[in-house]
Amino acid sequence: MSDLTDLTFSQLQRALNEGATSSLEITTAYLDRISMLNSDLNVFITVTGENALLSAKNADIARSKGISGPFSGLPIAHKDIFCTNGVSTTCGSKMLANFVAPYDAHVVSQCNKAGLVSLGKLNMDEFAMGSSNENSFFGPVRNPWDSRRVPGGSSGGSAAAVAARLTPLATATDTGGSIRQPAALTGTSGLKPTYGRVSRFGMIAFASSLDQGGLIARTAEDIALGLGIIAGYDQRDSTSAEEPVPSYIDTINQKLSGLKIGLPKQFFDDRLNDSMRQVMDCVVTVFESFGASTVSISLDHVAESIPAYYVISSAEASSNLSRFDGVRFGYRANQPSDLTDLYERSRSEGFGREAKRRILMGTYALSEGYYDAYYKRAQQIRRLIKQDFDRAFEACDLLLGPTTPSTAFVLGEKSSDPVAMYLEDIYTVATNMAGLPGGSFQAPLIDGLPSGFQLTGPAFSEGRILSAAHQIQQATDWHTKHPERLRNV
Amino acid sequence: MSLISDDVKRVAKLARLGLTEIETKLTLEHLNSTLILVDQMQKVDITGVAPLAHPLELTQTLRADQVDASNQRETYQAIAPQTASGFYLVPRVVE
Repeated sequence: MSDLTDLTFSQLQRALNEGATSSLEITTAYLDRISMLNSDLNVFITVTGENALLSAKNADIARSKGISGPFSGLPIAHKDIFCTNGVSTTCGSKMLANFVAPYDAHVVSQCNKAGLVSLGKLNMDEFAMGSSNENSFFGPVRNPWDSRRVPGGSSGGSAAAVAARLTPLATATDTGGSIRQPAALTGTSGLKPTYGRVSRFGMIAFASSLDQGGLIARTAEDIALGLGIIAGYDQRDSTSAEEPVPSYIDTINQKLSGLKIGLPKQFFDDRLNDSMRQVMDCVVTVFESFGASTVSISLDHVAESIPAYYVISSAEASSNLSRFDGVRFGYRANQPSDLTDLYERSRSEGFGREAKRRILMGTYALSEGYYDAYYKRAQQIRRLIKQDFDRAFEACDLLLGPTTPSTAFVLGEKSSDPVAMYLEDIYTVATNMAGLPGGSFQAPLIDGLPSGFQLTGPAFSEGRILSAAHQIQQATDWHTKHPERLRNV
Repeated sequence: MSLISDDVKRVAKLARLGLTEIETKLTLEHLNSTLILVDQMQKVDITGVAPLAHPLELTQTLRADQVDASNQRETYQAIAPQTASGFYLVPRVVE
């Protein structure tokens, strides 16, 4: 069977179940494509080819004996923020460049239990801090649609890998938009689940009250399958939700008719450029043509969500990243003169520029005398943001808006102005502040570059988001677009 | 509110980050431009609003008080920069 890498995760599953191909064939096809394209795109930090071939062979044997699960032998790749037992786990940082994790993250062990074949570890902004993947110690990921452009971040490797068909499914994480923004900029589908839906155990922490693991794939249907594998309660994460996991795939065909879609007016203001506005008009029209009704909604504190997010996320990062001290694991400076020198040099040599900025900003915000003005105020604004959403969901079932203000920008365009980069997340951070699920799905191309629309729902409404996106993907070809320049590779 | 170089040095010391003079200067510029952004929070009326720490306000789950993990010292110390006799080695602290 040819062109296995053109198939989606669910199509591959069908092909395997029908006996049309084997896991070994699929895995080999992906590994071949990775070896052709990875040097250009810089998507994988580590390719685990040997392990992948071994798991694929085992999956084929299990399948031939009739003892394999429904996902056994299907490929996946993990963002390098998830610990993988015995495999390098760098988090995109020099600090962990030589770190081999001694255990699996919950997400990884769920995938392993399901029999998924891991192809390797994906590039990312250092410690998930960034919106362009330019903050990786291992160099920037290139956008498969145009290698001069960024793929977004921080899950830039996950998004670019799926867009370039180097894996059909990738794990990712989202603290302020790090799944949805790169999905939008690379023409992929990405879902950030409700806070607590997916265990954070073994997922290297950036901002613990905001971080959430999720997935990037080519379709909402693929995400529905993948979420069923990774979601669920885990006692090793004390913020893991004890909510039953519904079958997302069983409700994927829920119709749009009768669904009330809220359009937050703050997402359609002057920040949105004209072409994005036209794209969103088109998306709204398609929702309406399938019987969804729309209603204008106000999320009054969207503008303040960015500063409040930067205070909370930086404060939590400064605390989480204090564990990297050159003593127990990770980078240690050479020949320290004393303990303070060991700490200070290990940290200043091991962390990159953006990680240091956030640590310093967070330390400042938490330092004596500033708590009320920064951290406490940010948490009060956080409640106001949550109340905005609570009110919105009294009037509608889902919120619809653009994922990003524009399409992918050129490498270097924003990296000299960190504050401009922070504003890139204007449409995504409020969702994290309120702990809600949000997905970005392919909208029409703009001048040959992908764009995305975003659906946000009440807590634990992942099924509703995925089925709404699936209806759109059944009716349009937006999600089937593939970078022309990679077509014949 | 604007910071000065000494503020950056104080914060860097708290964060145990060694900064060169150039890094201190760049950090100062960056923190000041971030604080302009952060100061947008000041215009929000937060009178009587309780801070929100957990987005869903769920209480943390507790497990039964039973031993459920075994000692992994050797596994965890195998990845440490320097150990000896089961201890993590650091430069001498007490002379």
